[in-house]
Amino acid sequence: MLKRFLLIAAVFLPGGAALAQEAGYPLQNADTDINDIQSLQRGARDFMNYCSGCHSLRYLRYNRMAKDLRIAPADLARDLMFTSSKPFDHIISAMPADAVAWFGKQPPDLTLMARYKGVDYIYSFLKGFYAEKGRLWGVDNLYYPKVAMPFVLEPLQGLQKPVYKSVTDDRGHASMELSGVEPMTPGSMTPAQYDRFVRDISNFLDYAAEPIKAQRESMGIFVTLFLLAFFLFAYLLKKEYWKDVH
Amino acid sequence: MAAAPDSADAGKSRGFIHWIDQRFPLSKLWKEQLSEYYAPKNFNFWYYFGSLALLILVNQLITGIYLTMNYKPSAANAFNSIQYIMYDVKWGWLIRYLHTTGASAFFIVVYLHMFRALMYGSARKPRELLWIFGCVIFVLLMAEAFMGYVLPWGNMSFWGAQVITSLFGSLPVVGGTLVEWIRGDFVIADATLNRFFALHVAALPLALVFLVIAHVMALHEVGSNNPDGIEIKEHKGADGHPLDGIPFHPYYTVKDLVGVAGFLLLFCGVIFFAPTFGGLFLEPANFLPANPLQTPPHIAPVWYFTPFYAMLRAVPSFAGTQVWGVLVMASAIIVLFFVPWLDRSPVKSVRYRGPIYKIALAIFVLAFVTLGVCGMMPPAGIYPLLSRIGTALYFAFFLLMPWYTKIDRVKPVPERVTGHA
Repeated sequence: MLKRFLLIAAVFLPGGAALAQEAGYPLQNADTDINDIQSLQRGARDFMNYCSGCHSLRYLRYNRMAKDLRIAPADLARDLMFTSSKPFDHIISAMPADAVAWFGKQPPDLTLMARYKGVDYIYSFLKGFYAEKGRLWGVDNLYYPKVAMPFVLEPLQGLQKPVYKSVTDDRGHASMELSGVEPMTPGSMTPAQYDRFVRDISNFLDYAAEPIKAQRESMGIFVTLFLLAFFLFAYLLKKEYWKDVH
Repeated sequence: MAAAPDSADAGKSRGFIHWIDQRFPLSKLWKEQLSEYYAPKNFNFWYYFGSLALLILVNQLITGIYLTMNYKPSAANAFNSIQYIMYDVKWGWLIRYLHTTGASAFFIVVYLHMFRALMYGSARKPRELLWIFGCVIFVLLMAEAFMGYVLPWGNMSFWGAQVITSLFGSLPVVGGTLVEWIRGDFVIADATLNRFFALHVAALPLALVFLVIAHVMALHEVGSNNPDGIEIKEHKGADGHPLDGIPFHPYYTVKDLVGVAGFLLLFCGVIFFAPTFGGLFLEPANFLPANPLQTPPHIAPVWYFTPFYAMLRAVPSFAGTQVWGVLVMASAIIVLFFVPWLDRSPVKSVRYRGPIYKIALAIFVLAFVTLGVCGMMPPAGIYPLLSRIGTALYFAFFLLMPWYTKIDRVKPVPERVTGHA
């Protein structure tokens, strides 16, 4: 089953050409907790500061987010809303339509990204940028080869460099293959700080992809308890009625 | 008929019910279909799935109506309106999960229901028409599920529809025209979505409800089969009721209530804790809006179609056409209709059949599950071979049935049903 997920996750790459190579890097475990409100609040703040300039959350409204994440209206307006939007508006980036000319593609909407590719993918992606001179923005991504996005988090994480290993194929030809990344230049955050930063954003995007998730799960416990009682009641009722069947 | 304990007041119903009974056969229907419908007393676990299928049908109809209130059947708005239901409509998420999980649950229950019939010989005379109604329901259910899957207009909806409709294109001469006629366009497009919506919310549910009524009427006319595969009507008491029969209501209404409770525990478990069911009930690729320019390299239908999809892919193209796979897939469903006549065993229930049928049935189940797995996987490695073996075994089960059921050793069948659940 896991294999199938990886395949599906690996499927939607730009151009689709790098597919075979893609499946090689197992995703890192994001280890997020949808019930951790503080993590979600930090994630919301960081998303609004670092991501929302280009990426929309077109199905999520500011006020819904504020309510779910227990953010006061004043704080929402001051700290999290950087466009002329009203609180009831959807979270739409200020990115103009000619972004295609700048990046080669429109920055994708991220509302459903966690449902589409999974929260581990988002976490891994944000940790997967490495220096690659041949690319337009000087970076590529381990989990999304030929990425069109500039590495806007470089001041935080610093820059990583690719690690290659030598592989020999069946016919004895040796070649170099990308095997991972390692730190090159430091950023303002320690690796642990950056991991938490990325984890918070991943957690927030998991929330954004299904705002009801946390409530749904806690509601499910009560539904299950009710149904267990109902099952017991139905079973006893059946036994009572069936006493006289021999 | 007249001596049943609670039928004494049949002629003297009073008040409002009496007023209705003079104008509509309410009490008569109630008695005939429920309180005086005598069902065998030895139904076991496998007999829950009929009433559960009915429960799911009602669930699909009701949640479907609520979804229709907020859904927009157009290529431009469909995906967004689904997200509107998930994000903004009060309880919209629950209604949608009830509907999406219901679709998968429907197939689980129907497959188990059909397996029960194969186990206990429920398709055999005099229940041939009952079985055929059931097969038509199954075919309509597949059409209903397929068209429903297109409506969210995710990328897998789009490409799945593209693949499935193009199957008709492999038919000689009329193929191309037929595909265009089905799609209403040269590709899957707005026109396709609109007509699938019409069929999904009006035509097919209507046909399904009619057929389910016919299915139940046929059942109540001939009487239910049972795990012993014997006719309870052959032994009637002085009151004219089968000695091994008990009134459906209250005995089986309360028993089915236990089944409903058990089912709902599992069903709600999925809805509240794993609504995508690990990507099987709601596929990750369908959270991306339909994109005609972005073909998923691996297109697979939802799990309940994968056994048939595997058969489609198992057959190589031959004489310059892919039509053989389509014919094999269609035959896999058509062959079901002939089960009542393919089975030549002198007994119905697997309990009194010999080892050959038991082994054949076990192999059939294994082949069907294997095909289901193969249909999910990319057609590479071991899977094409497994698909071919599975397809051969699937057809062998049905086509060799007249022979192996005849030569199989059978045990003596008891006169009366054995025990009760």
